[in-house]
Amino acid sequence: MIRLLALRELRSLFAMPSTWFVFAVLQFILAWFFLARLEAFLEIQPQLAQLANPPGVTSTVAAPMFNTVALLLMMLVPIFTMRLIAEERRNQTLVLLLSAPLSGRHIVLGKFLGLLIFLIVLMTGVPLMLYTLVLGTSLDHGLMLSNLLGLLLLTSSYVALGLYISALTTQPIIAAIGALAVLLGLWLADIGAAEDSPWHSISPLSHFQNFNNGLLDSSDAAFFVLFTAVFLILTIKRLHNNRVYG
Amino acid sequence: MSNATPEITLSARNLKRRFGNFQVIHDVSLELRRGEVLGLLGHNGAGKTTTLQMLTGCLLPDDAEQNGCGIDICGINLLHHPVQAKAHIGYLPENPPLYRELGVDDYLIFAARLRGMKSAAVAEALALAKQRCGLEDVGKRIIGTLSKGYQQRIGIAQAIIHRPAVIVLDEPTVGLDPTQIREIRSLIRELGDTHSVILSTHLLSEVESVCDRVEIMQHGKLIYGDTSAHMQQHGSVSGFIIVLGNPPPLSVLAGITGISHVEQISATQFRVLHTPDSNPKGTLLSMAEQQGWQLEQLTPLQATLEEVFVKITDAEKATSGAIK
Repeated sequence: MIRLLALRELRSLFAMPSTWFVFAVLQFILAWFFLARLEAFLEIQPQLAQLANPPGVTSTVAAPMFNTVALLLMMLVPIFTMRLIAEERRNQTLVLLLSAPLSGRHIVLGKFLGLLIFLIVLMTGVPLMLYTLVLGTSLDHGLMLSNLLGLLLLTSSYVALGLYISALTTQPIIAAIGALAVLLGLWLADIGAAEDSPWHSISPLSHFQNFNNGLLDSSDAAFFVLFTAVFLILTIKRLHNNRVYG
Repeated sequence: MSNATPEITLSARNLKRRFGNFQVIHDVSLELRRGEVLGLLGHNGAGKTTTLQMLTGCLLPDDAEQNGCGIDICGINLLHHPVQAKAHIGYLPENPPLYRELGVDDYLIFAARLRGMKSAAVAEALALAKQRCGLEDVGKRIIGTLSKGYQQRIGIAQAIIHRPAVIVLDEPTVGLDPTQIREIRSLIRELGDTHSVILSTHLLSEVESVCDRVEIMQHGKLIYGDTSAHMQQHGSVSGFIIVLGNPPPLSVLAGITGISHVEQISATQFRVLHTPDSNPKGTLLSMAEQQGWQLEQLTPLQATLEEVFVKITDAEKATSGAIK
């Protein structure tokens, strides 16, 4: 059932021209950024070579690239999560799911996984581009993997948050603005706070930094898993309230 | 098939629903057997849609644990085992729940799988549902590009594709043209032979033509329930309208035994009322023959559902007003 709902979500996404447009523009921006980073790296490479322990191509090109993708996701995810429930409610298709033999868990997980898979597909361009560097040099696979894992966890936490906000309203655009506002707020809490302030610990982006630097910390992973789970559970509760309050 | 009474597929007891401080539904109880078409009739805002939403599990009734409130679908309690019970329901809401960006076939297959059909059985069910709703030619089209009538038919197709025991249709013929309305009504009739159908409508002709039973709803209460044939007789008057080319004086007509009241409508037209147990038609005909009244027309008076409906709802209004 979850798979069926996820596939329906994907099918609807790919049936819309706007999805393909975002897809194309995003690939263009990422490619541009990748080439710019690469060019900068090639320029400073002679100086780097004189250092005793020079940073490699992975940490000068790949890590900043992943960092940029993490920031882009903040703006990108609300655009896709806004439709998930708010639009179903507005088009009155939610009734189809509510009257079908499904529990709220199925509906929420189906939508969550459907969009997560879509975003993974959307992001595959990043590792593919970075792995073309293998043709000319060697990459730090450990750092790459930690970044990819971090990005996956970050994406899932953003999707869960966006899904919950989408479940609160009937207007997709309000869901988008709401999700964007919360994500920006979490980001500002991170960059605006003092060095040792507790605010850092509530921001997904600050937890992503360790992954970005190649540091796998189980507490960071636990944060993402909890963050995702909390918002998914809240969404299930909210969908149930739909039946209670109409 | 045995001749025993068909099993009860849907039974709802003491449904109540409040929105804020406004009590929308008061103690509604319904029962539906296999092979029965039940029409839920009422004005706008009478609570028809809310009732149907509760029957399909989209809305929970208030205080479900008290007052013996409950909804059983094929013997499964909808409130305690919603997932199992909902597999037996097909629901068409007021606005058909269509994903406009999908193709018709894709959407119907999704709807069938969503209700737990095995993928092997889906192809056959899809062909049957499309054939029943007249959608054979549009299988590959995108739903959003089709007209309202087609969208309504896709809505019906998604409600019947998994052959549910109970089919719930909320105003199924809205937005259709007269030919389509007739087709959909005959489809509902056909579905009513093997499934249980409950439909809400404010069109009396719909009730007249498709429903076995009628429940009239007003202000969230069921105020009248009977077979639709009985409803037609409810409060009806016995009498006829006669047209006489050469009419006698009114008193002559009124003097015929059995006639309780005669009223002249125009120069040649009379409304004749009689007591229900005596029919003076024969006497009247022979007298017209003998005395050369030149009988041209004799039409029995029959109350239309319209009149009955108005009568019942007005009576209800009067009694509830009296209580207040």
